[in-house]
Amino acid sequence: MNTKHGRLLRAVAVSVVAALALAACGGSDGDKSSSTGGAADVKAALKKGGTITVWAWEPTLTKVVKDFEAEHKNVTVKLVNAGTGNDQYTALQNAIKAGKGVPDVAQIEYYALPQFSLAKSVTDVSSYGASGLDKTFTPGPWASVQQAGGIYGLPMDSGPMALFYNKTVFDKYGVAVPKTWDEYVDAARKIHKADPKAYIANDAGDAGFTTSLIWQAGGQPFKVDGDKVKIDLSDAGSKRFADTWQKLLDEKLLAPTPSWSDGWYKGLADGNIATLTIGAWMPANLESGVKAGAGKWRVAPMPQWDAGANATSENGGSSLAIPTASKNKALAYAFMDYATAGQGAQTRVDAGAFPATTKQISDPAFVDKKSAYFGGQEINKVLAASAADVVKGWSYLPFQVYANSIFNDTVGKAYVSKTSLADGLADWQKKSASYGDQQGFTVN
Amino acid sequence: MVATGSVVAPADKVATSSRHFRRSWAGWGFLAPFAVVFALVFLAPIAYSIYLSLFQDRLIGGNSFVGADNYNQALQDPAFWESVRRVGLFLVVQVPIMLFLALLAALAIDGGRLYGASLFRIAIFLPYAVPAVVATLMWGFMYGSQFGLIGSINDSLGLSLPDPLGPKWVLASIGNIVTWEFVGYNMLIFYSALRVIPASLYEAAAIDGASEFRIIRAIKLPAIRGALVIATIFSIIGSFQLFNEPNILHYVAKNAINTQYTPNMYAYSLSFSGQQYNYSATIAIIMGLLTMVIAYTVQLRGMRKAL
Repeated sequence: MNTKHGRLLRAVAVSVVAALALAACGGSDGDKSSSTGGAADVKAALKKGGTITVWAWEPTLTKVVKDFEAEHKNVTVKLVNAGTGNDQYTALQNAIKAGKGVPDVAQIEYYALPQFSLAKSVTDVSSYGASGLDKTFTPGPWASVQQAGGIYGLPMDSGPMALFYNKTVFDKYGVAVPKTWDEYVDAARKIHKADPKAYIANDAGDAGFTTSLIWQAGGQPFKVDGDKVKIDLSDAGSKRFADTWQKLLDEKLLAPTPSWSDGWYKGLADGNIATLTIGAWMPANLESGVKAGAGKWRVAPMPQWDAGANATSENGGSSLAIPTASKNKALAYAFMDYATAGQGAQTRVDAGAFPATTKQISDPAFVDKKSAYFGGQEINKVLAASAADVVKGWSYLPFQVYANSIFNDTVGKAYVSKTSLADGLADWQKKSASYGDQQGFTVN
Repeated sequence: MVATGSVVAPADKVATSSRHFRRSWAGWGFLAPFAVVFALVFLAPIAYSIYLSLFQDRLIGGNSFVGADNYNQALQDPAFWESVRRVGLFLVVQVPIMLFLALLAALAIDGGRLYGASLFRIAIFLPYAVPAVVATLMWGFMYGSQFGLIGSINDSLGLSLPDPLGPKWVLASIGNIVTWEFVGYNMLIFYSALRVIPASLYEAAAIDGASEFRIIRAIKLPAIRGALVIATIFSIIGSFQLFNEPNILHYVAKNAINTQYTPNMYAYSLSFSGQQYNYSATIAIIMGLLTMVIAYTVQLRGMRKAL
């Protein structure tokens, strides 16, 4: 079935129309497998119209929803911001558990998707036409939405990491922009010595950031094979990260400010937080949240663990997925496809999102775009290069949402007490493993 | 019955018993609105929690009946007992301080020598009117050693005060918030108990030449013993249910306040970030029983002393 639909889809090319056609005749064997018949079916399905609810916090979707509704007058899309990240997952889990108020489409970050797909809380959309989209998306995000042969969402954006830095701070103290993590530690010392209120970065213990750096260092602490899970937060990559980061913690070279807090925005604006190693979706957030930083910030490649290397990793990034309890999956898929692979992808990139689509990421209009906020720098060149250098072979735990929620209980201790980062990671491993056992996985 | 007795007596008996019957049903009728609501919002959730606590729902393997497994697990769960110990410590330190301050304030206002007593009374009571969430956010800001009040004090006076949101001090910081919030409430309980003491007792004491302290010890304190017991029980329950303050401070001090800081927070994070609804229900039931036992013990002891 899947392959048949996949072949069919490729024939009619990637579009909302085709996807809808297939969704409409999905399941009925021996349909008139011609592209014209499919298109006719789509029109029928679109004519029927309907209402779908979308839970997402990504700001550029507002415009996409408007465009989609303008194009399909019978369709109403209710865009609801049910919280960011974990808050939304909590609401979603509760809605799924209650069997009521479940949205038709939900934004789910890549790290969280396995938890939902494993419980079959979200639908395998390959039969809706997603299996024909493998060339549409960049490899990293595309791999992130797949599990055990199924496709559980469509990539909406991606977060290849880069070093965002406040150039005025580096210029003022005559510090070179670090190319390796060792240089980064040196730069941290120099900046903090020059101004005791200034730090090279903030870090109050952030699971997403830590796992991304371990990922870049070549670590593979989480390995998943069906219901067999291996957790090893003391592998070479994890150790490498822990050793370097321990220096920054020991010498108190990191501002203990939580990301996204008021103090964080303030620090980014006044130069007390000099760098951010973060996903490529950051520019839009800097522009809207740190207006005073205009002209001061620049983007450089991520510092390396080995001098001269060019390894990067992903940080954040979300997919759109269809909860299994949705009553209008075909229409939901039509919207999802439009927003991620169709016209919506361009709309969102124009509004400042970082694409997960091959077409947009290699588009000269995108790559060569000069950003006024970043002093006219062609930042997308750096970010797109990072997307191509993401280290392969990483995977998250099938219960990463829970694991991340206890990160600060365990690794967090290293940030506020004498516990070492390595011990914190070991504790995180232990607690995550015991949760995995409780949930019926075979861990380690 | 009819065959053995006279005609009149059984008839009378029947009449009384049926009247008795009617009366009792009428009573139930009056009780019904309460009983229905009580059953719906109190008994049903408890029954459902007990039901939940007997199952286990896994990501792999689904839902299954596990009997008392969850209870065994909870009784041996170090994270759970650590959180119980923490609220226990909170209880024995914070509650006496808070009740002592409340008592002091109530006696001061009742003493009649305080200038502007009603202003004083409202000022102390006011924090209770501030929602706990708002109060905690406000205190959270003041505690900030980076951008908050503590930070500003450190900066302007060149001090380096210990971080109130660090792991060492955060429980005391929470205690401070709770004390600030509830001194006024408890003061009002004590004050209203003090107001109902008959003036004749004070007159008699005055004739006997009793000092103010003597009056407090011999008249006022014994008279408000009931109120003290009630306030203590409320505070015990409040301590065991500690949730709002640590849960909100958790967002500014994630590394110091973990997700199982208090039993309630543990139950909350179990169900909302771990989807362990069954285990969470178990924790809630055990905690409920524990609170009941301790509150009941205090009540018994308090009342025995009163007699």
